[in-house]
Amino acid sequence: MKSAIEIRNEIIRRETSARAVVESALQAAEKLNGPLNAFLEVDRVGAVKRAEAIDTNLASEKTLESAPLAGIPIAIKDNICVRGLQTSCGSRILGPYKPPYNATAIERLIASGSVIIGKTNCDEFAMGSSNENSAFGPVKNPWDTSRVPGGSSGGSAAAVAAGIVPIALGSDTGGSVRQPASLCGVIGVKPTYGRVSRYGLVAFGSSLDQIGVFARETSDAAVVLQVIAGRDRHDATTADVVVPDYSAQLNGNANGLRLGVSRALLGEGLDDEVRDAVEKAIEAYRELGAKIVDIDLPHAKYAIAVYYIIATAEASSNLARYDGVRYGFRAEDAPALREMYRKTRDEGFGAEVKRRIMLGTYVLSAGYYDAYYLKAQQVRALIKQDFARAFEKCDAIVTPTSPTPAFAFGEKVDDPLAMYLNDVFTVTANLAGVPGISVPCGLSSNALPIGLQLLGPHWSEALLFRLAHAYQTSHPLNAQPQVHA
Amino acid sequence: MPITEDDIEKIAQLAHLEITDAERHMFAPQIAEIVAYVEQLNEIDTSEVEPALGGLTPEGERTESARRDETEASLGQKVALDQAPDPASGHFRVPKVLA
Repeated sequence: MKSAIEIRNEIIRRETSARAVVESALQAAEKLNGPLNAFLEVDRVGAVKRAEAIDTNLASEKTLESAPLAGIPIAIKDNICVRGLQTSCGSRILGPYKPPYNATAIERLIASGSVIIGKTNCDEFAMGSSNENSAFGPVKNPWDTSRVPGGSSGGSAAAVAAGIVPIALGSDTGGSVRQPASLCGVIGVKPTYGRVSRYGLVAFGSSLDQIGVFARETSDAAVVLQVIAGRDRHDATTADVVVPDYSAQLNGNANGLRLGVSRALLGEGLDDEVRDAVEKAIEAYRELGAKIVDIDLPHAKYAIAVYYIIATAEASSNLARYDGVRYGFRAEDAPALREMYRKTRDEGFGAEVKRRIMLGTYVLSAGYYDAYYLKAQQVRALIKQDFARAFEKCDAIVTPTSPTPAFAFGEKVDDPLAMYLNDVFTVTANLAGVPGISVPCGLSSNALPIGLQLLGPHWSEALLFRLAHAYQTSHPLNAQPQVHA
Repeated sequence: MPITEDDIEKIAQLAHLEITDAERHMFAPQIAEIVAYVEQLNEIDTSEVEPALGGLTPEGERTESARRDETEASLGQKVALDQAPDPASGHFRVPKVLA
């Protein structure tokens, strides 16, 4: 399968056309939606029109320079607003809602020449680690369709893994890009908090949410982040920090870099095959020139508890807006306002969303605020301190991305706490605001992908790309999923 | 502290959620288990710890986010009402407030 960069260059050289590339992506999306259920909407008409316009405008030199993704088909998670396409967030309460504006990341992708082919399925409001919480049925893992693709951005991960598109956008609040990337055998990037504008990303946990990137190649992910990153006046939490040239630093080695390993995180609760694969990857980094150092993140074991207080508290506030008044679904037969709110939210939200809204309401309610929410914010400060101390000793930290490879549908669906524990390695990055990337590091004995997670200090995405690229080029995943284009 | 089905009903009221008996039976033990799990934070002495405020990095905190107080175009009434379940005469119509 070709990379986005290769495809883009072939389009620029007129060896193929954007029209032909986009047509084959559309056909794959339509054909594979039966087995995978990765897309909630495929925009054939809009995508073809846009691809034709790109082919027509290619003659202009100016277009070439400003179009690093010219003609590249891309899939967008269905919680990121694209004008004129549905944004359901995998929920009945929004259903066919069509936003009247583009997210900033979408504006920038369109300006870079990429062609949005559709909106991808996800856990409802990005709440879940298996995709089983989508109101429109789960996405299937292309490596084994009896298993989950991970979540919440499962559709974007599956679409990239199956070769439908070379790149896709997702969102990551507690691991929702990195975990499905790991389970589907692709690259998944969660940028530093404030790196990518959240304008037009439907809010879940506002202090944790970031738009992230899926790709098969690290070098493609670097180009996409380059396009979407940077200060945006529509999002006051984007930071005024220079966006470096990510692609320039992919040099194929890890010379002079110190990689931190927390032995405590490689202990109990970790699948043996995942541990072996990660240990081998650590050795591989030593061979690539890195120095391995021991680090300690003493409060990491509390991260899930902190996360499920803060994320649900923020979600309960953010999801208060779905009340059947301004957009989306409204329940019928409710003669009074309060009743209408309650019926709309009862019929519109699924079980996991209700559970999290109630948990968040509980931890914020009078008498409990200090015991839960304030306490969680204090431990969050300690987790941030752990990272700051660790990054005095090392340049990046290596962990597994997910404690197990993809699990079977139904395995954890009745046990929310067991499901939450899947996020044990990923939530710390969101709590501390640091960037992370998941890189495929082998297959389990039953041919399921395993992922390695690299975490770096704030704004260190260039370093993470360099490390991911060095590993990926020396240890490529030379296998294809069962279901692919 | 144990969470009862009555607590669940009270929380649902606060959250403007109408839940069925079946949901109440399901949620009460699940939410109780999750709350018991998060209470492990009480092991940590945080009496001297300043709480984190949001997710901003130091660079994000320093970024000037105010803009000039100038009027800009907005969506406009027509577009804003376009997706409303029950628009009427340029407004969002809702059922009566006092039943």
